[in-house]
Amino acid sequence: MNTLSPAATAHPGLPRLWRDGRVRAIAVQLIALTVIFGTGAWMLGNVAANFAALDKTFGFSFLWRLPANYDINQTLIDYSNRDSHLRAALVGLLNTGLVSVVAIALATLMGFTVGTLRLSRNWLAARLAWLWVEFARNTPLLLLILLFHGVIVHFLPHPRRALGVGDALFLTNRGFYMPRPLFEAGSWTVVLVLALGLAAAWFLRRRATSRGGAFPWWAGAALVAVPVAAACIFAGAPVAFDIPVHRGFNFRGGIVLTPEFVALAAALAFFTSGFIAETVRAGILSVKTGQKEAARALGLSEFQTLRFVVLPQAMRAIVPPLTSEYLALVKNSSLAIAIGYMDLVATLGGVTLTQTGREMEAMFLVLAIYLGISLGISGAMNFYNRRIAMPLR
Amino acid sequence: MKTIIPILAAVLAAGTIVVSATAQGGTLDDVRKRGYLQCGTSTGLAGFSAPDDKGVWRGIDIDWCHALAAAVLGDRDKIKIKNLTGKTNYTSLRSGAIDILSRTATWTFSRDTDLQLTFVGTYFYDGQGFIVPADLGVKSAKELDGASVCATTGSTSELNVADFFRANNISYEPVPMESYTEARAAYLAKRCDAFSTDGSGLAVMRASMNDPSAHVILPEVISKEPLSLVVRQGDDQWADIARWTLNLVIAAEEMGITSRNVREMRDKATNPEIRRMLGADRLQGLESLGLGTDWAVNVIEQVGNYGEIYARNIGPGTPLNIERGLNRQWKDGGLIYSRPFR
Repeated sequence: MNTLSPAATAHPGLPRLWRDGRVRAIAVQLIALTVIFGTGAWMLGNVAANFAALDKTFGFSFLWRLPANYDINQTLIDYSNRDSHLRAALVGLLNTGLVSVVAIALATLMGFTVGTLRLSRNWLAARLAWLWVEFARNTPLLLLILLFHGVIVHFLPHPRRALGVGDALFLTNRGFYMPRPLFEAGSWTVVLVLALGLAAAWFLRRRATSRGGAFPWWAGAALVAVPVAAACIFAGAPVAFDIPVHRGFNFRGGIVLTPEFVALAAALAFFTSGFIAETVRAGILSVKTGQKEAARALGLSEFQTLRFVVLPQAMRAIVPPLTSEYLALVKNSSLAIAIGYMDLVATLGGVTLTQTGREMEAMFLVLAIYLGISLGISGAMNFYNRRIAMPLR
Repeated sequence: MKTIIPILAAVLAAGTIVVSATAQGGTLDDVRKRGYLQCGTSTGLAGFSAPDDKGVWRGIDIDWCHALAAAVLGDRDKIKIKNLTGKTNYTSLRSGAIDILSRTATWTFSRDTDLQLTFVGTYFYDGQGFIVPADLGVKSAKELDGASVCATTGSTSELNVADFFRANNISYEPVPMESYTEARAAYLAKRCDAFSTDGSGLAVMRASMNDPSAHVILPEVISKEPLSLVVRQGDDQWADIARWTLNLVIAAEEMGITSRNVREMRDKATNPEIRRMLGADRLQGLESLGLGTDWAVNVIEQVGNYGEIYARNIGPGTPLNIERGLNRQWKDGGLIYSRPFR
């Protein structure tokens, strides 16, 4: 070793220490930690100094102390502009949750369908699926959101000339209106019977399949539908429907899906389905062809092969990347503000932030909540992944 | 591992000490050192701040930036415009990203007190209203029960709309929009029945329609909107500079000083206030403002007086054609009133 520097020869203890792998490892880690914590401390200190310079305090009491004063057009819980900023944030969070759940369900459905079709031997189906994937993956999400919103707002008719489906469903550029079920006294019996019917059908099906038998779908449907119908008649039709009616400027009554919600959910689902489709395709291709050939040899149909042999094995490769797609979708839903969908970012991170001037607190909370949602989703997906994992011998 | 903890503690301590000095310096010194003024304006509102067909930003809001640049740097063009939304404007001002906010900002109690802003003066007295398509047949805002109403989010507009409908006990569907441009598009697509913003904004919108007569501005004025210049709280000298530049431009109109005659007025006027204003006589306190004696001539010569600014941007004769109304000089029955230069 002739690499000793002059400084090192002046301190004969140092080079010997430096040559020791363990010492070197600890030293490198110490330096890294120092840099990380130093940067963190510098940032925190900077925030503190700036807060002091601006005479600001850090605190969250504004959330419940001040009335929000603004209205929100989609509220899953009771809300008026006299409620607190906290409640407005909760309304926003629920809106984020709603659009995420709906979009995740749609994206999964579309992604699995398109991903499977991509491998179809039908040339047209495979090409169309390919087109879908490339279009969904290679367009900016923001543009898709604006496109979908623009199509609804510009091409669907004004409420006065609404597209009606059987006088109950109405498509307009102000939203999609549909009847709202009204649960009156005694409706709980119907709900209870429905729940019991579903549980019984599920249980019977499970038992039948575990014994190698079959449980036809119509038996399950009858098991649910007949008692529910009986309960409805018996309890005197306690479930009514509030049907939307056009009155004045807009439709009143019923449930409305705003153009903003529909556009955001559809765009998120479409965009993410492209990625999910590729994940699914990769997962399916990861299953050894021998498995497929064996299934075919046993006389299983193409669909049965896919459903009972290929997909269960493919899921092991699909679920981990699928988790990332779900996380990305939830976070992407924060683009909502572009079309005025009042999600968490538009309420707490938007109007509340602007009206109260609490940027640090509001942004901190928004980040913490997104982190919480993401950790929740990946926790659930990891649990599912462990359940379907290959049992280790 | 035991050695790590004290080291970390030392690092943390050092980190916090290093940081401490980020206190706010004088904005005037910063601007002079930088050589240009950072000016926060809107993302586009014709007549107030919008790019012309050559891409040059023009409007009343932009002219205040020019006036301030002329006052402190002697050159109206030494400005850099930052286009801010209602969501980012106050944050940008407080964080020091801009030196002045000239963006049709309404002077309100909570902004003045809780948001640590200093409102230096009102340059346009406005009030919020509604615009609706004429074929809707609506004559009063109180007939808007059940209507969908577009307003820009993060503004006082959406709060005033909420107050108005609550006070009159009628329902509506709020349709929040991120910017004026999007709100206009949504209104034209009939996503909403009415659009609500400041009266000047309504006039701008109506003027920009293919057929302005197909849209009516409803008679109700539901709020007071004193549009004002805003600076950071805590730099009194800078606030004074902005306030007195505004006063200067207003006083110039009152005294008949225009961009054309300002030099002549300085050399020939006998009125003592005009002589003090324009630097012919000594104006006590100008040194503590940190400005040179030629600041007033620079501002008026390069930007013009209040009447000139108003006329070329939004007055009768422009497509917007907004009457002076409340924004006439106090002598003519308006609210535009300069403080005396003494």
